[in-house]
Amino acid sequence: MKKGTIILNGIIKENPTFVLFLGMCPILATSSSIYSAIGMSVCVFIVLLLSNIIISLVSRITPNEIRIPVYIIIIATIVSAISMLVNAFAPGIYSTLGAYLQLIVVNCIILGRAESYASKNKVVDSIMDAIGISLGFLLAMFIVAFIRELFGTGCLSMNDLSGNPLFSIRIIPEAFTIPLFVQPTGAFLVLGICVAAFVAITTSINNKKANKAKKLDKEAA
Amino acid sequence: MSSIIAIVIGCLFVSNIILSSFLGICPFLGISKKPSNAIGMGLALIFVVTLSSIICYCIERFILAPLSLDYLQLIVFILVIASFVQFVEFFMKKYMKSLYKALGIYLPLITTNCVVLFVAQEVSKYATTKAGLVFNYTFGNMLVYSIATAVGYMLVITLFSFIRVRIDSQDTPRPFKGNAIALITTALMALAFSAFVGLV
Repeated sequence: MKKGTIILNGIIKENPTFVLFLGMCPILATSSSIYSAIGMSVCVFIVLLLSNIIISLVSRITPNEIRIPVYIIIIATIVSAISMLVNAFAPGIYSTLGAYLQLIVVNCIILGRAESYASKNKVVDSIMDAIGISLGFLLAMFIVAFIRELFGTGCLSMNDLSGNPLFSIRIIPEAFTIPLFVQPTGAFLVLGICVAAFVAITTSINNKKANKAKKLDKEAA
Repeated sequence: MSSIIAIVIGCLFVSNIILSSFLGICPFLGISKKPSNAIGMGLALIFVVTLSSIICYCIERFILAPLSLDYLQLIVFILVIASFVQFVEFFMKKYMKSLYKALGIYLPLITTNCVVLFVAQEVSKYATTKAGLVFNYTFGNMLVYSIATAVGYMLVITLFSFIRVRIDSQDTPRPFKGNAIALITTALMALAFSAFVGLV
């Protein structure tokens, strides 16, 4: 497969959130602000990249029966290291993500990609897959967090690594915000609607493509 | 005593592990299509969460903390949980055939359920503040907390599976079919459960 198609595949056809429904916990829990959503996506990207590289390298020498424990230990080691580094260099992200940073270990995206892609493919392809899946995850995270932050607080804001606010732009006046969006209920609601919208858009594009192909066939005939 | 009651009600209703902490959502969406499966998953989870948090609690108190190896906590806990689940599976297959058949495929799936790791990490802290109260994790409190959390999980996944049977027989718009409408239903459940806030 071409490298570009692997990446695109991860963003649209196998979008981890909207299509595969993997790793739903972080997307619901850390999407209340764009800052935590981007922080989470970056952490997931680094962990997924490293775990895909290592697992695609060691998959040939691991016995089949104990592969899952081996993968889990590799992932847990990477996550421990990442969470210590984040704690040291980005304390703002560490405190917003809280327990969810360490729970990346049991995020199904990481183990799922290790099992279904990295263990069967070469290193370069696995790196591309990690990039594609992470971009798909970032896309989903960003959309959900954008909607929740915009309607829930009325502002779009960003912090720096240590948690100090960089900027905050008020778009909706305070009297018209809907606090429900930043609460747990809003997370489920926004994600549900986003999933439905994603399915609707992709099916309509596919239908258009199919119709075009049919027309071309008719003209050729 | 009153703090134990507060923790039980808190875990079951007020800060339910699914509806307010968003943990264990993947199995929640995946295994809630039939009530019998949901109950099986809930029972398996109660069993594994309770025993694995006892093991992790002891490891933290008697091995990791005295040797100041706290930075290994994540690796040790996930290894303990994974091998414990595997061990329980072997044990049940050999000695408790009927229970093994009832829990079936749900047991191995529990390793990747974030509830187990979250509860293990939570109880290995020495104290936490819940609803403004300082809550010490003594052995008894730890046991109550982990059982109540798992029962809260089972409560929500069972209720949701009954709702989901109804939804699946309805004619929902095409893009909403499956998980999208399930998430929106969960939102309504979370809204209903948020009425319990202030109970504790």
